This record gives sequence, C-alpha cells and structure tokens, in this order.
Amino acid sequence: MSESLLTIKDLHVQYNTDEAVVHALNGINLTLKKGEALGLVGETGAGKTTMALSILQLLPAKVGEITKGNIHYDNTDILAADNHNMRKIRGAKIAMIFQDPMSSLNPILTVGDQIHEVLELHFPEMSREEKDQRVDDILGLVGIQKSRKNEYPHQFSGGMKQRIGIAMALVAEPELLLADEPTTALDVTIQAQILQLMQELQKKFNTSMIFITHDLGVVAEFCENVSVVYAGEIIETGSVEEVFARKRNHPYTVGLFNSIPDLTTEAKRLIPIPGFMTDPTNLPVGCKFVERCPNCMEKCKVQLPPMFGAGHKIKCFLYEDRGGNA
Amino acid sequence: MAAPLIETKNLKKYFKVNKGMLHAVDDVSLKINAGETLGVVGESGCGKSTLGRTIMRLLEATNGEILFEGKDILKYNKSQMLKMRSEMQMIFQDPFTSLNPRLSVGDIIAEPMKVLHTVKGQEAMRLRIKELMDMCGLPERYYNTYPHELDGGRRQRVGLARTLAVNPRFIVCDEPVSALDVSIQAQIINLLMDLQDQQGLAYMFITHDLCVVRHISNYIAVMYLGQVVEYASRDDLFEQQFHPYTMALLSAIPTPDLSRRNRERHLLRGEVGNPIDPGPGCRFASRCVYATEECQQPQELQEIRSGHFVRCMRAGNL
Repeated sequence: MSESLLTIKDLHVQYNTDEAVVHALNGINLTLKKGEALGLVGETGAGKTTMALSILQLLPAKVGEITKGNIHYDNTDILAADNHNMRKIRGAKIAMIFQDPMSSLNPILTVGDQIHEVLELHFPEMSREEKDQRVDDILGLVGIQKSRKNEYPHQFSGGMKQRIGIAMALVAEPELLLADEPTTALDVTIQAQILQLMQELQKKFNTSMIFITHDLGVVAEFCENVSVVYAGEIIETGSVEEVFARKRNHPYTVGLFNSIPDLTTEAKRLIPIPGFMTDPTNLPVGCKFVERCPNCMEKCKVQLPPMFGAGHKIKCFLYEDRGGNA
Repeated sequence: MAAPLIETKNLKKYFKVNKGMLHAVDDVSLKINAGETLGVVGESGCGKSTLGRTIMRLLEATNGEILFEGKDILKYNKSQMLKMRSEMQMIFQDPFTSLNPRLSVGDIIAEPMKVLHTVKGQEAMRLRIKELMDMCGLPERYYNTYPHELDGGRRQRVGLARTLAVNPRFIVCDEPVSALDVSIQAQIINLLMDLQDQQGLAYMFITHDLCVVRHISNYIAVMYLGQVVEYASRDDLFEQQFHPYTMALLSAIPTPDLSRRNRERHLLRGEVGNPIDPGPGCRFASRCVYATEECQQPQELQEIRSGHFVRCMRAGNL
C-alpha cells in the first residue's frame, strides 16, 4: 500500500498569453500512494485544474508551458513521454472526470457508444461481445439501466450524465482517477449519491484518486489526505484528521474554515479572508499569501517559506521553530 | 405579532408546456416581517427562483395573492407597480450576466434612481452613488470602470448597490453568493447582514446551500417540486426535521466537521420527479423510504408544533 504511484517534483507551469505571463503553478511537490484518495482544495484560479491537466499532458498547446520540474507515474516520466505513449496512459491508466457533465459528453453519440469507444481504443483485442458486456456491467455499477445505453446525453439529467462520465472514466479500470469538481454542478442529495458511488468503486478497484474541489466539507467526508493550494503552491498538506482538527493550520486554511458558516455551532459573524486572490501575473517574492495574512512578518515578504513539519506539513514561518513538528 | 411586510397566499405559477401544465410554484403561503430573513431552500428545479420572480412580478402569477403591507400587488396596474419597485428589489445569482456590460459602475447604480426619479440633479446623484458604493464596500476608483474589469465579488457588490439605490424595504436575493468563492462569499454575507441591521431590510434569501441559510435566516421554507414541504423558524427546523425530504437534505450536506464524518445518512434513491401535471399525492413519495399507500392522497401543510409546518401526513410517526 505504501508504494507511490504518482510523484510530482517542483512543477512550474505558466500560461503565456498576449498580455502577460500567468504563473499558474509555482513549485508543486506531491506524492500519491496506491489506493490513496487525496483531496486538493483551493479557490478559483489556485491552479488545481492546471495540475490535473499537466499530469495528463492536456495543457492547451502553445499557451500552457511546463517550465520546470517533473512528473513520474509508475516509472514513466510523463513529461518525456511522446504522444503515442501518452495516449496509452490517458484513459487506460489515468482517467479524468470533468466538472461539467453537460459539456463533457459527445452529444451525437449514444452513451453506450461513448463508453464503448474507450474500450475500442485501449483494448483492441477484446471481442465485441466482451466489450458489450463490460459496458453493461459498468452502467449497472453506476446505477443506470442498461436499456438506456442507446439514448443520447440530452435525454439524461445532470446527475445521470455525471454517472455516465464516471462510467467512462472507470470502464478501462484505471489505476489513477483525477476527479475535477465532479459533484460541484449537482444538487446536494444527488452529490451524496455520486460520492457514495465513487467511494464504493474506489474500494472495489483499489483506484488511487485525486479529488479536486473547493468544498472542504466534501474532502472531510471523502478523502484520507488533503492538500491546500494557494496561488499555484501547496501551502498545507496532511491527513484529513490532522488538518481538520483545526489545531495547527496555515493562516489561509484558517481563513477558509472561518469563511464557511458552520452547521453545528452558532456564530454571529463570519470572518472572511480580507482582500482578493493574489494576481498570478505579478506574484510576490516571498510567501504568496502576505497581502491577506493576519500574521504576516517582515521575513514573509522577502523569503519564500519552506514546508515545515513531517507528515502534516505547513508552508509558513509561524511553524519554523517547531522544527520537525508542525 | 405585527402584520408581516410581505405575505403570499396560495400563490401559484404554472407554465404551459407541450406535455401539459408545469407546476413550478404550487400553493405557496409564506410571510416575511420587516427586518427578518426568510430562507428558501431546495434543489435545482424545485421552483424557488420562480417563486422569487413571481413575488417581484417579473412573472405573472397564475393564481393567489401577494400582499405588501396588506395590499394585493397582483391587482396593481403598471404605474402603481412601478412605484412599488422602490419598495421591493431583487439581487440576481449571476454577477456576470445581470449587469449591463456597456454601462459603467456609476451608471449601473444610477439607473434605478433615474427610472424612478428618486434623486434630482446631477450633483445629488453623484453623491448618492458614492454613498451607495461606500455602503457596499466599493472604493470610489471603480466609479468609471466597467463590469468586465471587476471580479465576481466586486460585481455582486455593484448589483447590491444598484438594488439599494431606491431604498427598498424588501429584497429577493436569488442565490447571491452561489457563484462566489468561499472567502468572498463570507464578505458578501456579512455585508448583507450589516445592511439588514442598519436599515431594517426584509430578505427572501433563495439558496441551495443549507449552511448559508442557517447562518442568515430567521425562518426557513424547504421546497420540493413547487411546494413548501416544511416551514419553521430556523432553530426549530435545525433542531428537529419532520419531513423526510428535509431529513435527507440535511444529512446530505458535507461539512468540514470531523464529528459528523461517520454519521448515519438518509441517502435518497432516484431523482427528482416530474413537475408536469403531478398527481394529487405526495410529490416526494417516489424517493421516500417511508412512503406507503396513504401517501397517494393529497398532503396538506399541517402545523405539527406551534409555528412548525410540514406537508406529510405521516410526519411525527416516522
């Protein structure tokens, strides 16, 4: 179980637009073990989706550029892999579930054919009957009657479409699943159904998962470990128990917790994080959170803090003197 | 108790569609007092936005009454209704599409005051706009900027300033924070609550986010397929839920609270039913774990405890 499946080291990604250079990822380090479910939390523009697209080599051509770092997946150097090899990995080894179930399906193919297509690409030797059987099985698993496989995406509701997205991602039994806000577009009761389904399937296939979301609640209930992303850096990482105990956190994580109205305790006022997201075209030299941080020190403005701690790590000078124990 | 500021009585809004009548809002009776907030929660398609728009008369009601200080505004003609607009206003969900892209921030905020002739003279207008911007936390330098130059949080502040321009007493807030990131969402919620304290505004706060609704509301109405299925004060509703749908809704919310991590959940089966020509029985029955034969009969909103209403004949015996 402790074998690592995915390793990202010092990954830098930038988008070169006509007006400016957007520094989307600024030194991401991440290790994912087999069977692990990691939650990646952050706000709009933090770089969560860029990270997933980098792993799959799906960054927009010419605009998105990996300037530094490397990504290793199970002994394969992803950044060195050519198109031919990437195609073998995408969908078969690493699959992705996209945020918007309305726009990520092909409207002119029946859902059965779309799932079939994945098998045709990755299992050309499989017989037609066997493929049909796999399609029926996976539809059953995600809770869609197999009689509906000849229908088109527009005939399904949002929750059902997301189930189809999940079926497509899982039909080739990938080792790693990148779920990019898979339930954000859905209602809470449907979200609960989809999350439970994903949890069951993850256990059944022992799939590793990176779960991208802005919802701390979903992470708390669904993931083992969590990494918080701010301005293209992971600023805190640890087990859900450690991070959500709310004893020691990065000031940004504290701000996120304080911004959410709590269901169980009474608070008259929320404590929002002041100001706005750091401009990714013009990043500060030191800690990226300085402008909004209530605990900002002189040193934070000039020097980038390293990760402090072992296990539960926090990228903040507040935890410097604690040495190995954040 | 004082007379409510705004009240709906058996309000109905049906849409004619190819297959029949779509019951978007069906027999909704609610009250909101001055200075208080009614939270309306429910999932997409349950009719909560249609309810808000019908109360504003952006949609014409099919049947029922909307009383503002006891007077039925559904009987008002166009010019009477125009006057009413300075009493009731609306904030929209999407700060990206609800602002005119060709007007500057100053002009956007000025527009309702120009339409209703509430401010006379250019200088007075400019001062009033600055006052409103200040009230909503917008620095003066944004006076001449255009919506596309602003981020979502600031745009929602512009929308709020426009709403407050004519000194309304009642505001329908249709998912005003759903499109915003959590840290920005908290800023806007605080702003809304401060303005309510200062000006005694009444809000109808439409949202699917139960954490937000609990934070901001005095009363809560839970909607399912056009009907109010449970209606109570905030504290009563969160203390005990009687309708199976409310129970499921509450247990489905993910929260960052580890103590709730392994709670027992009431997971729902299936999907929301069809609002076109629904049968007379309980509309939730097809997904309800407690459903029996008697749920096929019409369900009335009954007062199960003082001030706590529920539309389920088996409520209390589940």
